[in-house]
Amino acid sequence: MKRSGSIAHNLVPAITLLVILAIWEGAVRLSRVPAYIMPGPVQIISTLRANFSLLLNHTGSTMLEALIGFGLAVIIAFLVAFALNQVNWLNQAVMPLLVVTQTIPIITLAPLFLIWFGWGMLPKVLVVILVCFFPVVINLLNGLNSVDPDLVNLFRSMGAGRMDVFRMVKLPSALPAFFAGMKISASYGVMAAVIGEWLGAQQGLGYYMTIAQKSFRVDKVLAAVMIIAGLSLIWVKIIDWMEILVMPWTRHEREWEID
Amino acid sequence: MSAIDVQGVSKTLDSIETLIDISMSIDCRQFVAILGPSGCGKSTLLNIVAGLLTPDKGRIELNGEDWTGRTGRVSYMQQKDLLLPWLPILDNVSIPLVLRGVRKREAHDTARKYLQDFGLDGFESYYPRQLSGGMRQRAALLRTYLFTSDIMLMDEPFAGLDAITRRKMQLWLKDLCAKYQPTVLLVTHDIDEALLLADTVYVFSARPARIKLRLDVLHADSGQREQQKRDILSVLEAPATTVY
Repeated sequence: MKRSGSIAHNLVPAITLLVILAIWEGAVRLSRVPAYIMPGPVQIISTLRANFSLLLNHTGSTMLEALIGFGLAVIIAFLVAFALNQVNWLNQAVMPLLVVTQTIPIITLAPLFLIWFGWGMLPKVLVVILVCFFPVVINLLNGLNSVDPDLVNLFRSMGAGRMDVFRMVKLPSALPAFFAGMKISASYGVMAAVIGEWLGAQQGLGYYMTIAQKSFRVDKVLAAVMIIAGLSLIWVKIIDWMEILVMPWTRHEREWEID
Repeated sequence: MSAIDVQGVSKTLDSIETLIDISMSIDCRQFVAILGPSGCGKSTLLNIVAGLLTPDKGRIELNGEDWTGRTGRVSYMQQKDLLLPWLPILDNVSIPLVLRGVRKREAHDTARKYLQDFGLDGFESYYPRQLSGGMRQRAALLRTYLFTSDIMLMDEPFAGLDAITRRKMQLWLKDLCAKYQPTVLLVTHDIDEALLLADTVYVFSARPARIKLRLDVLHADSGQREQQKRDILSVLEAPATTVY
């Protein structure tokens, strides 16, 4: 029952996607828009296949930047959230600032990194770190700070130290928020690396896109977009699986109660 | 020497007088219930006995030692089961042992011995959300018991349960206490629960709480129990301004 339900669950959006692609293809063919303005999905896919090995090369370096940046962002976010959660005055001093800094579109700072750190990998990784850091730290911190105080009291009354409380109570109960933050970050990570590459790079999907754009190869640009979307999707999915793996107790959510 | 000795405790919380000069003495292996209107400060008293709050005046002695404002001597069970949703039942009830430094396997072995009596046999690897409310409360009680078995505080432990389950749990707790003989201080607003379980019942006034009545429960026959119930009700329903 549950299984077939989940298949239907996945099937409906897939059909919707196919319908949209069909409308797109039909509209492009009927209106005879030239391919250098708007290619149809069929042409994009054939471009994707023709340039696959080249695209794969560029994808590799973009992915590397995104993964390193994401990994570092998660580590830094974890340490910051831990420190703020443990030290109350630090939390009061820094938490509001963190929320406000979220309103700065980090991407607009990317050109500065180019000036400061050159054309290599470092500025891209920095952009990814900045973009991925905030969702993780804010979510994790909210999770840590919103633990049931009665639960903390209970553990204190049983003689638990601060680290015991963090390890046994706060961290596990903050895990859903932590993963929610990581999913948001993961969907931004590839994008951040690509934007870093737009501004100046010798390789990567962003570099490939700027070259294609300059020669009016919209199909190549969109092929790269497809890869970026696919990568982000896979990445979010991987974190989904990790979440299920790390939090086995949520799997029983819909099972019936025993009396 | 009494197990719990509350000596002239007063407490003001957020500039509201909550407890005024509460004194009570609970002997070893006694089951004492505190009855009172809701919000009268019963839970505050338990928090003070548990050491989570420090009284403004007065002191708490446990087995003759001063434990005012210090946690760790008594175990404390609340209305919420406060089980960790991410741990199976056996791990949940073993927590107090693990926190004391007992190795996980030994803690599990110790906890397993009690599963039968606490009605959790066969459910040790279930997660809390897979269990019914009554079972979760029994698991919470086992965790409480494994922390400190001789003095236990309970704050309306069955208030969140439906009437039928609550009745079953009360009868079960009565048998359990007859077998393990702990000292229990129970806060409740259920007169029947107090008369069923307790040896002695204290009735508190509305806030600021004072002791209005101390009653040794007669377990002899139902007629006497009805009389005692009427006595308690008449005290509880007396005008709030009356001071005894």
